Amino acid sequence: MNLYAIRAIYKFEMARTFRTLMQSIASPVLSTSLYFIVFGTAIGSRMGNIDGISYGAFIIPGLVMLSLLSESISNASFGIFFPKFSGTIYEVLSAPVSSMEIVIGYVGAAATKSVTLGLLILLTAQLFVDYHIQHPVWMLAFLILTAITFSLFGFIIGIWADDFQKLQVIPLMVITPLTFLGGAFYSISMLPEPWQTLTLFNPVVYLISGFRWAFYGVADVNVAVSLGMTMVFLLICLTVVWWIFRTGYRIRT
Amino acid sequence: MPSIIRVSGLTKTYASGFTALQNIDLDIHRGEIFALLGPNGAGKTTLISIICGISSPSQGSVLADGFDIVRDYRAARSKIGLVPQELCSDAFENVWSAVNFSRGLFGKPSNPEYIEKLLRQLSLWDKKDAQMRELSGGMKRRVMIAKALSHEPDILFLDEPTAGVDVELRKDMWEMVRQLQKQGVTIILTTHYIEEAEEMADRIGVIRKGKILLVEEKQALMDKLGSKQLSIRLQEPVSEIPEALAEFSLQLDTDGDTLSYRYDSRQESDSIARLLRKLTEQGLEIRDLHSSESSLEQIFVSLVHEKEQ
Repeated sequence: MNLYAIRAIYKFEMARTFRTLMQSIASPVLSTSLYFIVFGTAIGSRMGNIDGISYGAFIIPGLVMLSLLSESISNASFGIFFPKFSGTIYEVLSAPVSSMEIVIGYVGAAATKSVTLGLLILLTAQLFVDYHIQHPVWMLAFLILTAITFSLFGFIIGIWADDFQKLQVIPLMVITPLTFLGGAFYSISMLPEPWQTLTLFNPVVYLISGFRWAFYGVADVNVAVSLGMTMVFLLICLTVVWWIFRTGYRIRT
Repeated sequence: MPSIIRVSGLTKTYASGFTALQNIDLDIHRGEIFALLGPNGAGKTTLISIICGISSPSQGSVLADGFDIVRDYRAARSKIGLVPQELCSDAFENVWSAVNFSRGLFGKPSNPEYIEKLLRQLSLWDKKDAQMRELSGGMKRRVMIAKALSHEPDILFLDEPTAGVDVELRKDMWEMVRQLQKQGVTIILTTHYIEEAEEMADRIGVIRKGKILLVEEKQALMDKLGSKQLSIRLQEPVSEIPEALAEFSLQLDTDGDTLSYRYDSRQESDSIARLLRKLTEQGLEIRDLHSSESSLEQIFVSLVHEKEQ
């Protein structure tokens, strides 16, 4: 195991984060705060409770997930896309590092960053909404697991993308709609049929539902199913990454 | 001399069907400076990319210091440093962290003293806190070299090290390469500046269309393939070359007072003596003689052309 290499990649990626602190931390925290102000405090005060939880508190897990998913993907995809784009990837490819070490370095840094961001958003939420977390350990577990999974997914996108547009298209066109429609702002039991059933095909539903259960002990789907689905998605991403390195897809000619 | 790099039967065919390297066999000796010469698109960079692990071989094998570059990639790659042709860097990173990053990536614990020495050697020390985007092209090239040397490799690849580099920096670079050789580093450089190979290399390999045409000691190559030219200045100009001298295929310059004789130093012969005798027999008096050797450049051009036919 080349631990020095993992540390070098991890440090490099984290340094990139600190260089762009405004863009990578401050701006997601600010935009999520706006959601809390608008939906939580302003509109939320006129809305009834959902599952016995005030609307402002109800949307917290979904909002954290929204940032977590999009930031994990964009951090990890940019982290590996940029060296490919600028040519500096040659150094990583010619170094005595295994594919697993490369993934741990890049994905580990991206996940660290989005977990930190998720926790910052939770802290910020305290300013606007009164909430408590019933299962803090599970909350952290879901947070970390989702961050790793979607950072892996972002890593895959970063390898696949050969221009800047492709880098943006999946987060904007797929992940954001799925999150909005995945119960971030409502309980899926509020939907009429057939939408209630159709929604179950949206993987983000399971992420948000499990995460919300960790906060308030209520969920749209059984928490075990949520955990299972998250693990399945993690496995799929791991398999794809393994395949990428095995075949050299878009990395090694 | 023992080999530090041994390439056997190496072939590279891209997915598009293009064969960039065909059955390459090449031995690089420990401690030498080896120049790989070839026109653009000959396969120089592909060969280096495979040895360094950036590209995968289609067939054949490469041993670096005895380690297979695919099976024992960790051991093999940690011996090798690469300075690629393209200048590429993370624009916002500073020199110090860029070089330390490379050392870590190659699995070495940090060693600030060594990195400081390296940066001083490359006249980069006062730039250590500068961001890469602030540096000139020549300075960036030095940083790339520092990155390649950061893990103290035994083998250094320089892919077109002086492309687009000004004369002064080129001279510095040559000096640095010689220093490295003294420290025991084996250096493989690709170039299409023949002057560079002539100046630096111990041995020269010529590659064209994915095949190695020859590998020779530089001096032997120049002796063997070099043709010489003898210029004979006459006392009195002549209007044409006398019939009796036809066998020498001489050339007469426009003034009619200088005869040029091109001969092959490979063939030991008495042709010069015979030519001079004949000249005297013809009553032509010689005012001055001058002989010159062909440069590696002329050798290279004639070699590449010869094989083309």
